[in-house]
Amino acid sequence: MPAILVRELVKTFGSTRALDGLDLTVQTGEVHGFLGPNGSGKSTTLRILLGLARSDSGTAELLGADPRKHAVDLHRRLAYVPGDVALWPNLSGGEIIDLLGRMRGGLNQQRRSSLLERFQLDPTKKGRSYSKGNRQKVALIAALSSDVELLLLDEPTSGLDPLMEASFRDCLMEETAQGRTVLLSSHILAEVEAVCERVTIIRSGRTVQTGALAELRQLSRTFLSLQLAGPAPEGLGKIPGVHALQIESLPRALAGADHGATQLNLQVEQSALDEVLRQVTKVGVISLNSQPPTLEELFLRFYANPAIGRLTETATNAQTNAQTNAQTNAQTNAQTNAQTNTEP
Amino acid sequence: MTRTGSGFSGTLGLLRLALRRDRILLPTWISVFALTAAVSAKATADLYPSIASRSTAAGAINSSSALVAIYGRVYDPASLGAVSMIKMGGIGGVCVALLSIILMTRHTRAEEESGRMELLGATAVGRLAPLGSAIAVILLANLVLALATAGLLVAVGLSAAGSVAFGLSWAGAGLAFGAIAAVCAQVSSTARAATALASAVLAASYALRALGDSIFGSPLGPGWPSWISPIGLAQQVRPFAGNQWSVLALSACFSVAVATGAFVLADRRDLGAGLLQTRAGPAIAAARLRSPLALAWRLQRGTFAGWLLAFVLLGLMIGGIASSVGDFLNNPSARDFITKLGGEKGLVDAFLAIELSFAGILASAFGVQVVMRLAAEEREGRAEAVLATSVSRTRWAMGHIWIAMCGTAALLLALGGAAGLTRALQVGDANELGRLVLASMAQLPAAWVLSALTVAVFGIFLRLVVLGWVAFAAFILLAELGPLLNLPQWVLDLSPFAHVPRLPGVAVTPTPFALLTAAAVLLLAVGLLGLQRRDIA
Repeated sequence: MPAILVRELVKTFGSTRALDGLDLTVQTGEVHGFLGPNGSGKSTTLRILLGLARSDSGTAELLGADPRKHAVDLHRRLAYVPGDVALWPNLSGGEIIDLLGRMRGGLNQQRRSSLLERFQLDPTKKGRSYSKGNRQKVALIAALSSDVELLLLDEPTSGLDPLMEASFRDCLMEETAQGRTVLLSSHILAEVEAVCERVTIIRSGRTVQTGALAELRQLSRTFLSLQLAGPAPEGLGKIPGVHALQIESLPRALAGADHGATQLNLQVEQSALDEVLRQVTKVGVISLNSQPPTLEELFLRFYANPAIGRLTETATNAQTNAQTNAQTNAQTNAQTNAQTNTEP
Repeated sequence: MTRTGSGFSGTLGLLRLALRRDRILLPTWISVFALTAAVSAKATADLYPSIASRSTAAGAINSSSALVAIYGRVYDPASLGAVSMIKMGGIGGVCVALLSIILMTRHTRAEEESGRMELLGATAVGRLAPLGSAIAVILLANLVLALATAGLLVAVGLSAAGSVAFGLSWAGAGLAFGAIAAVCAQVSSTARAATALASAVLAASYALRALGDSIFGSPLGPGWPSWISPIGLAQQVRPFAGNQWSVLALSACFSVAVATGAFVLADRRDLGAGLLQTRAGPAIAAARLRSPLALAWRLQRGTFAGWLLAFVLLGLMIGGIASSVGDFLNNPSARDFITKLGGEKGLVDAFLAIELSFAGILASAFGVQVVMRLAAEEREGRAEAVLATSVSRTRWAMGHIWIAMCGTAALLLALGGAAGLTRALQVGDANELGRLVLASMAQLPAAWVLSALTVAVFGIFLRLVVLGWVAFAAFILLAELGPLLNLPQWVLDLSPFAHVPRLPGVAVTPTPFALLTAAAVLLLAVGLLGLQRRDIA
């Protein structure tokens, strides 16, 4: 049974459609990354999962129960860190941690003190005098010091410095080692890459991509920059999976060779990598620089192009369009993109 | 780099921003004040058409030190304006002062606390501009209020000079407390503390003028305590009874001096800092801080303590001066005046009934304030943290609602107890204690109805929760002006307080109390049910 099961979730605020048929599945015991640009519906989804808001249609199930009907019982088994932490101005940080923990059904004193140590938080300060990062720490410690099955974290490291981010990552690793399930909504891709096994990417209230991180990486491209000892091989641009190919002849003196050297910049899908390398070594490689695929690139590609659909097939198809976009003016191509996309 | 901007750079821009933010609040408040003054003047003119009838009414007030302490003295018994504006001058002046306090805190400390001032402070805005623009808002608001009030008073037939003097006396009180609130905003580090501090100074000023007018005063004029109270100064302008224009200048000098002090403080301190520092708190929460009720108590206990102190003092005052009402028992017209104010049988009982019923309405404001705090918890995002733990919406809201309901009961108990105790000691009759506690507690079901009404609005439409204050203001106006205006009974009956028997001194049946309590329970249920159904903000 999955820890979180969301199907076709719709939520409207007036004329705005915040969620537009969102799907999300989080398996028990996994750390699931929840990615999307600002205003794409991440927080709204979490609020529905917490029973704070009601969905217009679709189903949401949390730990096997209705999040709205069984809110009180479910909340004993989960902890939540909001994206924008509001504290009581006249309660101390320590008091807030204890209060929230007790209202959840108890907190682990040992973990509370070790977390205070790790995050270097002064628990005697009043809520109003904490900075944004320290407010975030109060909420994190309150959530992490409870023995719960599920953690719902909404951009939990916003405002934390890099050292504290690293501490947070370590804590998260320990949590999952103990079998806890984590839904981590985040903008920090390095964080998601470091801790998440699976991710769901949403945009405008819809799921555009979901899957294991390793699978998603295959969809993304390696950036290659090469200097060849001779002219670029014929038909390199025709290999399926090669994009944004740029060929530039280098002056003889610069290349240090008596025949024409060439500078090549291109993006290559994983499937085409072997063929591309086979072709260029025939000419002779002077230098090679390769950037591995990052989640960031994937992320940007999904966000930048509104024409990308939710299915993998469509996504692959759209890649070609995205490339055209990159090379020429995006505005003129937007229309063509839309047309190409509707064809299959 | 040459310095081109001064500390006041950007004041005009901030003023425009402030006026835009207040574009509904200010015209509404100013209209309510001006209309209330005019309606009250018109009603008194109809009630006492002849000089003789006005003189007897004025005599009734002046001959009782209790009434002089509460309202002030009528300095010209023959003047229509002086008699009709007696309530409006002192108590109305307090309301104008409150408006200035709210405005000043809203545009200074509250902006700093929210962090918005930092955003503005980083633009080409001088260090003194926020305070400068807030003072400009206060100045504008009070002058417009003075003009509007004077205009309406002239329109209902009062003399022009007196009307202007009256409007300016209100503005004088408003400006003085705007300046006092400006100092409080520099001293305190939170908006709540700044408002509380300025309100405490206001309460002290009213107490000073009560003492100055009654115990230290004579029919010719008040004693020194009134002259050091801005509210006392406003009354000493004596509108429609000699129009002492020089007192207005005195009041203006006071305001300028206090405002200058506020600027000196503002120039010296850091943005966001106050002179009163926030202390550190405990690292571990007390064992009892573990439920929504405990949290609500922790958040509201300071407010409650302030209210409790005020109600004990109010009770002592009401009990203490009740006996002096008997001073003018031999004045037959006084009996008539008191009866017209709404009392029944027995002059002392009638006086007590009037004061206790007024205090009962005041106590209901505590309940509204508590429910407003509950709404603020949700609006400012702190409810989310609680509701994400295993606390149901009902349990969360009930934490605050219990405080509203039980707190109001405690306030009325303290009021009746303090009044009853003083009275029992004065007349040597222990029965007075029980009688006055009962009379005070009789207001409780009606006060509960107002709290529950606010809960109902909160539960259904969070954004409209301010209707709780609107209802409170309407109930006060109905109780104070309704009988004078000869409004139809069904309009008066809209207020829950109209259904409370005028205790002590009349026979009591349980029916109205049962019905009011039932109405409160029903409204509460509606609110809690609504809260179940809507989204949390």
